[in-house]
Amino acid sequence: MKRRDFVGHVAWTGAGLLYVLGADGIVRATADASPGSFGFVQISDSHIGYTGPANDDVRGTLLKAVAAINAMPAQPAFVIHTGDVTHLSKATEFDDARAVLSTLRAPLITIPGEHDVIGAEGPKRYAAAFARKEAAGRGWSSWDQGGIHFVALINVGEGETMGMLGDEQLSWLANDLGARKANQPVVVFGHVPLFAAAPEWGWTTTDGTKAIALLRRFNAVTVLNGHIHQVLEHQDGAIRFATARATAFPQAAPGTPNAKPGPLKVAPDSLLGVLGYRTVEVAGRAAWQDRTLAQG
Amino acid sequence: MRTALLAAAALLAFSGAAPSPGTGTGTVVHIRDDAFVPASLTVKAGDKITFVNDDDDAHTATADDASWDSEGLNQGQKWTHVFTKAGKVTYHCTVHPMMHGTIVVRSAT
Repeated sequence: MKRRDFVGHVAWTGAGLLYVLGADGIVRATADASPGSFGFVQISDSHIGYTGPANDDVRGTLLKAVAAINAMPAQPAFVIHTGDVTHLSKATEFDDARAVLSTLRAPLITIPGEHDVIGAEGPKRYAAAFARKEAAGRGWSSWDQGGIHFVALINVGEGETMGMLGDEQLSWLANDLGARKANQPVVVFGHVPLFAAAPEWGWTTTDGTKAIALLRRFNAVTVLNGHIHQVLEHQDGAIRFATARATAFPQAAPGTPNAKPGPLKVAPDSLLGVLGYRTVEVAGRAAWQDRTLAQG
Repeated sequence: MRTALLAAAALLAFSGAAPSPGTGTGTVVHIRDDAFVPASLTVKAGDKITFVNDDDDAHTATADDASWDSEGLNQGQKWTHVFTKAGKVTYHCTVHPMMHGTIVVRSAT
């Protein structure tokens, strides 16, 4: 696919669709959908270019995720990839990731993880492959769709900590949220967890509390992150946080004795059961279903 | 013997002792368990240092002043740089910014 075609593929459609989330976790379009209900899918941490023992075919598992999403009877309004699309920010990795992700039927949005902005060339390659023209600053953006205010934050590549938003982005966020009514549902995306999932492993955003403070006045806020390659949920008042499974490899759960962050090798026949994607429906509050690649 | 010297250098780095000397013919910094080993090192101008990623995770060795950068290294990959300018340079891993190292380059004369 040529670059201009791909940019067209990831371009924002602005089309709101009606969905319901079935008991099986599949979002389906239906005439009976509740007015204002809105569905999308989150995938994360594909690490295209990883060649270690935790997954010898990260391209293949990303393809499985894409195939499962494409097979959904009603396509989501969009698919958000919450970062670490690549493993080493190499040009060939971005090309490979783009080739796979461009086969999604639904529009694609991405935000970078720290693996996508390695070195002087990483951020440039990421921008060339995935940047949205609507983005501000280092790539953060917001938009309204289906009555929901979506915010895509960038909390990698800033300062000397793993997760950091920085003052420029926080100022932008304050201005962005300031014009919104408290009863508008808000969904926030970021790569590194905005809450303190495991600070000792770098699984937190150092200045995330400042963003959380800006979100507190809203009645229904959902914050969806990647980075830690597992589902972890957290609630802080009206703000609900959830991290997502990876499509590449799992990581240890925080607090696991003698464990450290990084690729975790599991039995080959168990791998698809610990990788996956997330379907989300927002009708006021968000409801989500985490599906594994073993489930399809 | 070389292995023993490297092991000793690693132990010194872990113990916070004085920087270990470079070999003059090339020094290896291992990236292991999310740390540079040794984390502190002294070499002569003109010496080369090879960074080897032993971890099953991506790492870089990147000068804080951006004057040199290994870019991403997978497990088993290495990157070599010749240090020609005398002085102290600090570096980090851009994937894991909490990982830091220091290299002191002494004048060759």
